[in-house]
Amino acid sequence: MEQVIVCNGLTKRFGDFTAVDSITFEVNKGEIFGFLGANGAGKTTAMRMLCGLSTPSSGKATIAGFDVYKQTEQIKKNIGYMSQKFSLYDDLTVQENITFFAGIYGISDAEIKKNGDDLLLRLGMQDQAKKMVSSLPLGWKQKLAFSTAVIHKPKIVFLDEPTGGVDPVTRRQFWELIYEAADNGITIFVTTHYMDEAEYCKRVSIMVDGKVAALDTPSNLKEQFGANTMDEVFYHLAREAKRGE
Amino acid sequence: MKQFLSFVRKEFLHVLRDRKTLFILFGMPVVQILIFGFALTNEVKNSTIVVVDNAKDLSSQAIITRIEASRYFQIEKNLVGSKELEAAFRTGEIKMAIVFPAGFAESLQHQNTAQIQVIADASDPNTATTLTNYVSSIIRDYQTEMNVTNQLPYRIQPELRMLYNPQLKGAPNFVPGVMSLVLMLVCVMMTAISIVKEKENGTMEILLVSPFKPIMVVLAKALPYLLLSIINVITILLLSVFVLDLPIVGSILLLFGESILFIITCLTLGIFISVKTDSQQTAMLISLVGMLLPTLLFSGFLFPIENMPLPLQVFSNIVPAKWYYLMVKSIMIKGLGFSYIWKETLILVGITLFLLLISLKSFKIRLA
Repeated sequence: MEQVIVCNGLTKRFGDFTAVDSITFEVNKGEIFGFLGANGAGKTTAMRMLCGLSTPSSGKATIAGFDVYKQTEQIKKNIGYMSQKFSLYDDLTVQENITFFAGIYGISDAEIKKNGDDLLLRLGMQDQAKKMVSSLPLGWKQKLAFSTAVIHKPKIVFLDEPTGGVDPVTRRQFWELIYEAADNGITIFVTTHYMDEAEYCKRVSIMVDGKVAALDTPSNLKEQFGANTMDEVFYHLAREAKRGE
Repeated sequence: MKQFLSFVRKEFLHVLRDRKTLFILFGMPVVQILIFGFALTNEVKNSTIVVVDNAKDLSSQAIITRIEASRYFQIEKNLVGSKELEAAFRTGEIKMAIVFPAGFAESLQHQNTAQIQVIADASDPNTATTLTNYVSSIIRDYQTEMNVTNQLPYRIQPELRMLYNPQLKGAPNFVPGVMSLVLMLVCVMMTAISIVKEKENGTMEILLVSPFKPIMVVLAKALPYLLLSIINVITILLLSVFVLDLPIVGSILLLFGESILFIITCLTLGIFISVKTDSQQTAMLISLVGMLLPTLLFSGFLFPIENMPLPLQVFSNIVPAKWYYLMVKSIMIKGLGFSYIWKETLILVGITLFLLLISLKSFKIRLA
């Protein structure tokens, strides 16, 4: 099995404070990897290091085979990113947003056209192509944001709480998109606060106080902690946290 | 490069789509030029006045002819009685009355002194002062001339001789002032807001995660405003030449060169603010209070810097608009070449480089 994310003792310190404390894990190609943790556990810092935005203090990590210290440019070309803000431009049309996000990855015009049309077709949004993003319902914005995050066909896509503030039905539909992307070989690295979503992941890691406190499939984790739901597993681990928010 | 172009295209879409802002950006310089040019002038032209000539001799006629010749006055009609005068003042028909006493020339020739009564409508004190100054100056001119031809043993030196000096006209001072003001507003505020907006919307994260270089983000953001500002400079210059009759004495090329330099200074200032702030409101407030106010106060446009206390004079040196204002005045009005303003140019280049350096540095720190 090809491993697209390999972390070994990855650490980030800010002065005396160790935000991420020697985390070690691997993520396989096409896997949906849940990255859980309470607020302040160090999720965001870890994710920033993996995206090449922040240089680690120590440890090793490769993303899609590229080193996080030296090859950040290569990493950036091979990853996609989406945050809970959906990060689209409200004053541009659907089509313009697609063209722009594909454009900054240096994709050729012909390919932008083809990928964009495919995307609209898949989302059933051909009729909305010329509409302003501001006029779209939230669920559609979210799907569009995800689709633009993978328009350059990255190897890995990082989703930072992608379903924050969205109703359960829309969340469910969104996860269908995620499964589809994973089936196409894109690795999904997702953070979330919803434990039902954790169940959708193939494997889940739970961070507590900057360390990876648990890492396994949801069913194994439940067994290991004698819990019925992921919610109980998370609560069991998170309440031992010493760090506040 | 292709990536850069798609970014610039997107920036133009943002700018062009926001019609209201666009309208303000292009309308503002026009309105400001027109307001400063026509409404806010210190000059008093074509004021209706009345001359009551009780002397009707050579001297009084000579002075009246001079007053008539001046474009500041319009002699309405010859009212005679003091009651008529009073009524005319009360209705605001006339702004000033000049009364020559009977035997004006005689008195002047025999006693070497004569009196003229000047009555002004002081309900508008500024206009009244200006008008009486104009009249006294005309009378003093006449006196001086008479003294020379008559070779009388005394002379009266006029004190207000510079009054009609074209250098004191309103327009030349405010056109460069409006230029620095508009450029400052467009470049600093708009650039700062447009970058901070990306932070607020969360799109900045996406851009940073993409292979698109942060420095390119900043450049692509600044480019539309550079173009917009150049259009504004052209508008202001066209208005000042064709509407305000204020010709550009010096080199237009040099004027544009210095304007582009100042635009770049303002853009870097906007970038600097955007790096230091996280919300559009903060960015706007800092741009307005921190940049616009100093531009108004310390560029020398509204208040002469020489009259300020020393600490403020020293402070004015770090206000970029001061140097730009000086250069535009030198080029547009005095017609000076580059050899006279290289020092100001150098200072502006220095300020720009300094700002660029610290904003790039803090930009990198934020990323780490």
